[in-house]
Amino acid sequence: MSRPDTLTWLAEHELRLGWRDWLSLMTAGRRRRALTVAVALAVFAAFMHLFAYWIVAGYANADVGSTTTALMAITGVLLLSWSLLLSQAMESVTRAFYARSDLDLILTSPVSSRKVFAVRMGRIAAGSVLMSMLLAAPFVNVLAALGGARWLAAYGVVAAMGAVATAAALALTIALFRLVGARRTRLIAQIVAAIIGAAFVIGLQIAAIFSAGTLSRFTALQSDWMRANAPDAGSAVWWPARAVLGDAGALAVVAVAGVAVLAVSIAAFSGRFGDHAMAAAGVSSTVVRQRRWSQGFRPRSAARVLRQKEWTLLRRDPWLMSQTLMQILYLLPPAILLWITFRDGNAAYVVLIPVVVMAAGQLAGGLAWLSISGEDAPDLVATAPIPATRIVWAKIEAVIGMIALLFAPLIAMLLFDSLYAALVCALGILMSAAAATLIQLCFRVQARRSQFRRRQTSSRIATFAEAFSSIAWAATAGVAADGSWIAIFPALVGLALLGGVWLIRPRQT
Amino acid sequence: MSSCSGEFMLHPHRPAALATRGLCKRFDRPAVDDLDLTIHGGEFYALVGPNGAGKTTTLRMVTGLLRPDSGSIAIDGIDALADPVAAKQITAWLSDEPMIYDKLTPYEYLEFVAGLWRIDAAAAEPLARELLDWLGLAPHAHERCEGFSRGMRQKVALAGALVHDPKLIILDEPLTGLDAGSARQVKNVLKERVRAGGTVIMTTHILEVAERMADRIGVIAHGRLIAEGTLDELRARSGQTALEDAFLALVAEPVEAA
Repeated sequence: MSRPDTLTWLAEHELRLGWRDWLSLMTAGRRRRALTVAVALAVFAAFMHLFAYWIVAGYANADVGSTTTALMAITGVLLLSWSLLLSQAMESVTRAFYARSDLDLILTSPVSSRKVFAVRMGRIAAGSVLMSMLLAAPFVNVLAALGGARWLAAYGVVAAMGAVATAAALALTIALFRLVGARRTRLIAQIVAAIIGAAFVIGLQIAAIFSAGTLSRFTALQSDWMRANAPDAGSAVWWPARAVLGDAGALAVVAVAGVAVLAVSIAAFSGRFGDHAMAAAGVSSTVVRQRRWSQGFRPRSAARVLRQKEWTLLRRDPWLMSQTLMQILYLLPPAILLWITFRDGNAAYVVLIPVVVMAAGQLAGGLAWLSISGEDAPDLVATAPIPATRIVWAKIEAVIGMIALLFAPLIAMLLFDSLYAALVCALGILMSAAAATLIQLCFRVQARRSQFRRRQTSSRIATFAEAFSSIAWAATAGVAADGSWIAIFPALVGLALLGGVWLIRPRQT
Repeated sequence: MSSCSGEFMLHPHRPAALATRGLCKRFDRPAVDDLDLTIHGGEFYALVGPNGAGKTTTLRMVTGLLRPDSGSIAIDGIDALADPVAAKQITAWLSDEPMIYDKLTPYEYLEFVAGLWRIDAAAAEPLARELLDWLGLAPHAHERCEGFSRGMRQKVALAGALVHDPKLIILDEPLTGLDAGSARQVKNVLKERVRAGGTVIMTTHILEVAERMADRIGVIAHGRLIAEGTLDELRARSGQTALEDAFLALVAEPVEAA
């Protein structure tokens, strides 16, 4: 055990908290689940390695380092991964600022708060690095197993990327604090994080759509224009890509640069972290006044009152808005593809409709959790003189209504081109959203809306069922859009999945 | 057992505000065990007992938040298990942890509650304003509840419990965490409700509150009603002069002796 008040002692404390936090996230607080979780993680890791084999096996022994095209492709992948890491790091940094947890204890203790926050930032960086390495592991392992140990250098690059992403997230968040203040930073930071996470993917997709009419993310990176305007192969821009390919010199530079950037940002920002965290803590005590547009209570049915409440709560919660925004942003490329298709008179609905249906299912799952499980006044609603089924229906209507509102413009656009495609898309959205809502209904728990981020931990079965259900209905809609009767098979899988979920649903007390 | 003595009858022709018979609920052990409870209209009834005695479980069954394993519950003559909607229409529940919506204002919260209880909007709005005023919340009526202190949140929840003008108000430790001023306001509101003919059932650990406010006090332990009566009756039975001493003497008795 280290001496109290030292960096190592504080780091041990943070490490313990981090480990328990992760364990709780994985097991939903039930230690007995640890073995099941370990087995599930092992199966998932095996599946990811198989998936990675399918994707990268062909590159393991290829001499990919000699061409600018290859360096461009690797750099593109790294940039794509980095944008997602930055998004995640911004989420973590914002959460660290706004979580009260042990803030009072830290700031009233005689330990240097600069030291404590430096360690806390280190913990965020470690989390970011670890996550990026875990995500990259299947691909790196497969490449190393097939193409030799030189590929293991990629781990170093990924770790450096995680460090730089954390440093950039710290700088961006602190800059936001100074520019817009503690009150608005949370909302803006989360929206920026969502946009950064999606922007690179969307940008590449949009570029690909305009250049080749496909949704492939890397088409733009291999275009003639990019080849003509890219720096030559000796440029420092390609060092991270060269490091991935096993260039020891480039790896050393990238690793040292990553650690240095992180160290500088921690040194620069840890002193002010406490001030910003205190300002953020004060936000919850600030007053938000709502303007009344009408005087008096409005006469409405109980069901309408419940629906309205769900919509108002979502509209007023910036954090939840940013969480859903991420999913909606991914709809942008298919929408643009639709516009291009419509303009050119082509029918690419087989690609477009499943994406939309999948997104609707995922979005509905999140909204259904908020509406059904994330009820902040469960006793009030349960003791109201309304039959329980009516309450549930009102909440389902709130979810389906919101999905209908979000997807109506897309359906309207489709209607201009093909009535059949619009019908298939609308039915697919309806089935996917209804199925996700039913799954959430079967596995409902009592939780607070603020626990939304951890909703997956309350039921792994619900999470997987929701994902597979969305896939099944997306496949159904895609095949149906092609006019094939085979669509009946994925539809049957979707229905069977719902039947299974219904049979194994936990008994509600 | 004195639970069904029926000697304290404020309105002999009215059905009991609450009557439970043979109420049982078991978790890993019996939480409520064959509980008979009769509370009359216009009565302020305090339910006291040690931690884990079954007070909250009893009240959650009465309000429809928990289903009993066996027994019956009647609220103002309505079978609450057979017709829960009718029973809920005249009942309000306030838990010790104020559950309100952070993103709604007190005014919007009361509008929401009035809508859930299907109260005529034109009638509910003046009552809501009156309650907000009464509880000192009027200046904050259009502020979101997210910045409110615990006391303010508890008062918003209390206003929600009263805005549909319930006949029976059931409160679980409503004074927990309130400052003296807020506690006084809540107590005054509850007394006023009883004066107006409403019935209040309240669990509390603060024996002084039960002593000062309640018409009758029920002592519950191990899920069973071990004693019930007015303050004087409980003192006489235990041979103690202070309620605290009487309470400690009563809960120390073996259950069979009750």
